[in-house]
Amino acid sequence: MTRMSGAKALIESLRREHVDVIFGIPGGAIIPIHDVLYDAEDIRHILMRHEQCAAHAADGYARASGKVGVCMATSGPGATNLVTGIANAYMDSTPIVAFTGQVPRPMIGKDAFQEVDIVGITTPITKYSFQVSKASEIPKIVKAAFYIASSGRPGPVLVDIPKDIQIETDDVEFDHDINIRGYKPNYDPHPLQVKRAADLLADAERPVIISGGGVIASGASSELVALAELLQAPVAITLMGKGCMPEDHPLFLGLLGMHGTIASNLIVSEADVLLAVGTRFSDRTTGKTEKFCPDAKIIHIDIDTAEIGKNIEPHVPIVADAKRALKAIRKHLLRKLKKRERTAWMKKIRELKQQHEEMSEKEGLSPPRLMKELRKLLPADTIITTEVGQNQMWAALYLKMYKPRTFISSGGLGTMGFGFPASLGAKVACPDVPVVDIAGDGSFLMTEQDLATSVTEKIPVIVIIMDNRFLGMVAQWQRLFYDRRYSSIDLGKTPDFVKLAEAFGAQGIYVGSLSEFRNAVKEALRSDVTTVIDVPISSEENVFPMVPPGEEITKIIKER
Amino acid sequence: METKEKYIISAIVEHKPGVLYQVSNMFRRRGFNIETITVGESEQIGLARMTMTIKGDERIVEQVVKQLNKLLDVVKVSILDPEFTVSRELALIKINTPNPAVRSDVINYTEIFKGRIVDVAHDSLIVEMTGSSEKITAFIELMKTFGVKELARTGITALPRGMKSTKME
Repeated sequence: MTRMSGAKALIESLRREHVDVIFGIPGGAIIPIHDVLYDAEDIRHILMRHEQCAAHAADGYARASGKVGVCMATSGPGATNLVTGIANAYMDSTPIVAFTGQVPRPMIGKDAFQEVDIVGITTPITKYSFQVSKASEIPKIVKAAFYIASSGRPGPVLVDIPKDIQIETDDVEFDHDINIRGYKPNYDPHPLQVKRAADLLADAERPVIISGGGVIASGASSELVALAELLQAPVAITLMGKGCMPEDHPLFLGLLGMHGTIASNLIVSEADVLLAVGTRFSDRTTGKTEKFCPDAKIIHIDIDTAEIGKNIEPHVPIVADAKRALKAIRKHLLRKLKKRERTAWMKKIRELKQQHEEMSEKEGLSPPRLMKELRKLLPADTIITTEVGQNQMWAALYLKMYKPRTFISSGGLGTMGFGFPASLGAKVACPDVPVVDIAGDGSFLMTEQDLATSVTEKIPVIVIIMDNRFLGMVAQWQRLFYDRRYSSIDLGKTPDFVKLAEAFGAQGIYVGSLSEFRNAVKEALRSDVTTVIDVPISSEENVFPMVPPGEEITKIIKER
Repeated sequence: METKEKYIISAIVEHKPGVLYQVSNMFRRRGFNIETITVGESEQIGLARMTMTIKGDERIVEQVVKQLNKLLDVVKVSILDPEFTVSRELALIKINTPNPAVRSDVINYTEIFKGRIVDVAHDSLIVEMTGSSEKITAFIELMKTFGVKELARTGITALPRGMKSTKME
């Protein structure tokens, strides 16, 4: 038992969780914590320029490192600015812990200056939201927050700390066992379900695997590849699953769903047994659910029981950690699997994949070609983040990834402005690898102020803006489904991104050709300051393939 | 088409502020409809019992149970089988009794339904009625001919019969 202030107890608790970086912005209701941080040389506080970016940076940090990301903001607007970032982390199951200052206890409920009910606001978008009621609770709550965020299906946790608690001195105990009666994640697969899954897979003519973000979260990449190879089952990925398998693997099909590759959408639809692992069958993945794999027996592995049967009813549900479940299924199959010849099917897969390759063989500054060129220039361990919209889908479709945790994108929430602050977080987590944000001009303008953070805090990243002066994905929908009625998507000629970058002390490069693009990327990789590469592309570009919203995934538009 | 049935769900939850909000917010957000909800202490210290009735098909109820279980402050969730469940509701009904004839009719009906008169004013009575929801509804329908001035129903609370248990292990 030690006597100390709530703020000191918090920082000491963070040390015990091995936190060495916090993304945040101070303010009136959290000054006592920043006052303690002033002396905490082992914890780096990165001053962001917007709280949304603090949350996204923590998210990017968590996804790149596999550790819990931490962000911090003051009460009221500081806290509400975190909300988009917290919702984003919740949708994509990222472990972050957000700390917010709150008005002093006697002021709560009085509509005090900068008071907002952040616990009420974030309850539906966090795994749990705590409000601390006395300083002595802080160590236990922090320990619980990190445990909740990182265990089971990961996700964000919020801890709201009234200012007077940060100041008050109390007897504080740090060693606590965390036992939450209503929270017992199940990691081990049920043996009977494993057997049922293995039996189905062993007898399958056309087994296909869909791999989602859960495979990356549980570190199950090698188990996934091993099982796919044993079964000779092709693998489709969701956006969150990108990176779970080297994309030059013969069994790799590519992205599935609305912007799925031809191979993925067709081969998944042909499956007689579908093994879906670590995916929640989002509408962007399944298209029209009633027409999704109508003939397949579906095995669904997820650690979150509530995902089983939410969107798609499986024949064999397995509530477990993806890694353990895949391992158990493989072990079971090793005993009984007969070698199968699927020559004709594999030939078909190769042909469908070849069609996709041809789509990126265009001349000039076409986005698929840019992605292909970029890949040649970047080391294999480069971390890619994306904004949201066309840029994101071009990256997902045409930029090949080889390792887990190297592709970081806002999947569920689709948050424009995510990629750039996430790239800063990823770079802090992995300072020795290049980090590249694939951006659109519309998205980048939503969080571009954090160029200031990247310059002052010396976090050099590369931003590649595929600049069409349009809100490109909306424009694409208007082109395809609204008779070209371009409503509110024209962004005009401003800003000059080179000057914008330079105004922040970053490097800006405008490129007008593929060779200039290559040189700019090489220059950016050498640079020790953030580089913004402005690549003008046609505003009439579409991302293909595409499945119209609400349609079945075999209704693919390949070009127009 | 599966028909909508009434289900009784019993949940043992942490007895602390914010839990009712978490539960009701989850129902709202997921588009599930709560018909009734009651909350009160359970037999275990620190735990409360919530009893909810919802209408839906089996699939919806299964989702409700899973989403409830996902909430950290919800410790245990059970669907109660109506055949093996004792369920009760309480209602307070204020009835117009403008003259002695009506008053004596209301008192007679209350006795038949095994209710109690708990308040008497010169032109109204308050009846306390406990029992199944159906019985209470039937009584209220009957009282409408006299004029129901005010009505408060608790919604049902329930326990499984005999050895069956919804208790935390």
